[in-house]
Amino acid sequence: MRIRLLKYVGRVSYSGARHIEAKDKAVTRSGFFYLFGLILLAASQYANAAAKIDHWQTPQGSRVYYVRTEGLPMVDIQVVFDAGSARDGQQFGLASLTAGLLDTGAGKWNADDIAQRFESVGANFGAGSTIDTATVSLRTLTDKPLFDKALETMQTILAKPAFNEADFKREKNRTLAGLKQQEESPGVLGSIAFYNTLYGTHPYAHPDPGVIKTVSALKVADLRRFYQNYYVAANAIIVIVGDLTKEQAEQTAEKLVAGLPVGKKADSLPDVAMPLKATQQHIEFPSTQTHVLVGLPGIARKDPDFFSLYVGNHILGGGGLVSKLFNEVREKRGLAYGASSAFMPMMKPGPFLVSLQTRNDQTAEALQVLNKTLADYIAQGPTEAELVAAKKNITGGFAMRFDTNKKLAGYVAMIGFYDMPLDYLDAFQQKIEQVTVASIADALKRHVNLQLLQTVTVGKSEKNVK
Amino acid sequence: MNHRLLYTALLCLPAFAGHAETKVFEHTLANGLKILVKEDHRSPVAVSQVWYKVGSSYEPGGITGISHMLEHMMFKGTDKHAQGEFSRIIAENGGDENAFTGQDYTAYFQTMEASRLAVSFELEADRMRNLHLLPEELKKELQVVTEERRMRTDDNPQAKMQEQFMSVAYSNSAYKHPIIGWPADIANYTVEDIQAWYQRWYAPNNATLVVVGDVQPTTVFELAEKYFGALKPSDIKPLKPQTEIEQLGVRKMTVKVPAKLPSILMGYKVPVLKTAANEWEVYALEVLAGVLDGGNGARLSKELVRGKQIAVSANAGYEMTSRMSDLFELEATPAAGKTVLELEAALKNEVKKLQQTLITTDELQRIKAQVLASDIYQKDSNFYQAMQIGTLETVGLGWQKADEYVAKINQVTAEQVREVAQKYLVEDHLSIAYLEPQTINTSTEKKEAK
Repeated sequence: MRIRLLKYVGRVSYSGARHIEAKDKAVTRSGFFYLFGLILLAASQYANAAAKIDHWQTPQGSRVYYVRTEGLPMVDIQVVFDAGSARDGQQFGLASLTAGLLDTGAGKWNADDIAQRFESVGANFGAGSTIDTATVSLRTLTDKPLFDKALETMQTILAKPAFNEADFKREKNRTLAGLKQQEESPGVLGSIAFYNTLYGTHPYAHPDPGVIKTVSALKVADLRRFYQNYYVAANAIIVIVGDLTKEQAEQTAEKLVAGLPVGKKADSLPDVAMPLKATQQHIEFPSTQTHVLVGLPGIARKDPDFFSLYVGNHILGGGGLVSKLFNEVREKRGLAYGASSAFMPMMKPGPFLVSLQTRNDQTAEALQVLNKTLADYIAQGPTEAELVAAKKNITGGFAMRFDTNKKLAGYVAMIGFYDMPLDYLDAFQQKIEQVTVASIADALKRHVNLQLLQTVTVGKSEKNVK
Repeated sequence: MNHRLLYTALLCLPAFAGHAETKVFEHTLANGLKILVKEDHRSPVAVSQVWYKVGSSYEPGGITGISHMLEHMMFKGTDKHAQGEFSRIIAENGGDENAFTGQDYTAYFQTMEASRLAVSFELEADRMRNLHLLPEELKKELQVVTEERRMRTDDNPQAKMQEQFMSVAYSNSAYKHPIIGWPADIANYTVEDIQAWYQRWYAPNNATLVVVGDVQPTTVFELAEKYFGALKPSDIKPLKPQTEIEQLGVRKMTVKVPAKLPSILMGYKVPVLKTAANEWEVYALEVLAGVLDGGNGARLSKELVRGKQIAVSANAGYEMTSRMSDLFELEATPAAGKTVLELEAALKNEVKKLQQTLITTDELQRIKAQVLASDIYQKDSNFYQAMQIGTLETVGLGWQKADEYVAKINQVTAEQVREVAQKYLVEDHLSIAYLEPQTINTSTEKKEAK
């Protein structure tokens, strides 16, 4: 039974809406109009799970991560390539369109055939990209004839995508329409400007779906070349979570990459350079609210300060309905509906972002409250009581991080892709417990240099507000 | 329902013989609070949701959005717990919490380790009857809700079109006004308004407590008795029906908003499970929605996005579990160089095909396979299962409807789909909105910060 989950109004947009959307039925490709939102969503998963991860390599060199879950006759499979938008070069949007074209034709099948093959067995297929990754995913029942048909289709998509000219043209036009439509959203414009100002010429600077100019210039041959370079066994990890035996999982993994050349792992991405000075950028836009984004490049996934910053940020603005920012901006002053902060660790340092949205004419006040809350926190660090409360929340809710196959698969993919220790999950709570007031204060001071903060505002400026 | 028979005989798909249907356990306290429990022991967690039978469709003019406003105020403290305490306690217990308001319901939830269920029960029971409504808190929260409206609706062209569309598509149904409320109504709520709304609807005999997770039903019932048992019931006055009058001809409107792309929204008046004279019609409409928009292989993607390439996106939607008759909606964005009028013709042509030609066996099989699979996939999420139970119970259909769903969809025939297309997707009961984009002027200024 389908229940339309978006037809209600929740109390907090970010924690609320995201929480529920994640549980919504998985439709094939991610929604056309959510192109950009996915970046933040995927990048901000602090993930892990206390489930036993089995790990091995296929003969072609793909790393496999497998977790057996029982109780439901279904499995989630992901093949993740180091082929996100960070690999676009100057052709912004190349990675995204390559992933988007995969299921429009493969082997002897066209888009209709592929859709029919998945849907006739009730399987959900998806292909898409983020800044770091390109992911091809499948959720299917494990009953053999159904599973085999879905797997065969996925395998063919991975190994023999057609990249037909006609499909390419159509999907490119759809992407261009989506890019155009993004320009009507002050939130998206703000996010694009924010990444841009943080990363300058680094591959993290441009939006994952690209920009109109570069997408317009793409040719189908560019996609073929990108696919040949990056969709190779040595550049892939495979995640299998569900009701398959180890033997089935081994066979599945082998089949999935059997048709791919071994190739080589993608080169390391360049290091991120910190901005040289603080900047303030305003985009004039005819909206009723101004979107405020403040931050700078934060940390890489493997940064040793991760746990201190995770807990530290939880107290500042990561804790849903309980955080310093939420309290100062919303609970005390009613200045905004949402106010939050996050470190979004990626292969290279992902952003540290503090954001809110407020009525145009109170932008200055809200920004001042945001900056003061941040500055005071960096200067003073958390109190012992705040630390204790945050730890209780994080460790007390530990089991909820991976209480569905879907969440677990997402977390296993993170561990696999970023090559985190396999016992990361079991060690998680202990690492949280080891965080101290001093370690947070120290890590924040080193990673959040207030002299370099980048500020982006999008909305109607004071002089234009009637 | 014998699901095993269903899977093998009707779908020619293999049976999941070992996979027993998980049962819902039901218990009602003396004060009228209904408790529904579903066990899922895969993970040591549980979601607890309190559903109230009140939402935006219960609201009279002048105070639209008040259910949602009250939902916000429910976090502002009680006699026992000061403002902020509720969320602090849940957080300290590792909980994840929030609330949501729909047209037909208001619900509050906590997800926690299953052993901490009592924490959530104690707090929810407390705020069910002992809410503290303070003028200064309302004043601040009014600003928050106004910001929420700006973000969700005022600065979002599609949401704005949807809001204008609903207000024209309906004549007198309470689905006419937005869940978040009209701006002038939001600006003028008083503490007395909120208090009256709270007293009228927040009582154990107007609520359902749904728990899904690693719990034992009897333990949950005992806990519920302990915390909710002493609450006094209210005399809940029945709601006036506000049955929508018959629409006598197509309604068209243009919505001019700052935007970059045009789009079209169409809605036909259709019955839902609660209002249909013949239940099968609703399931046939559900299948019809699947024929048009049940994935990449469905007709809107296949014919309009890929085939004719007249749309860059096209969707169909129908909510069969609404409390009152609803709209069967079609929404699409034209491809570059195509107009909304061309798209309208193409969408209507798809409707016409459904009225004239039987859908294929393949299509019917695809939808049935998808329904069967998603019935399993949904069980991956406690939260989704609780949502389903809570919704069905709150609109008055009863949670049992969830268990009937797969079987009823399986009984739908191609003839029935054609019949409902002919009967309900008719021009005179159609409303159409065209989004006409207005220029957005932007400029950027960047400087070194001081």
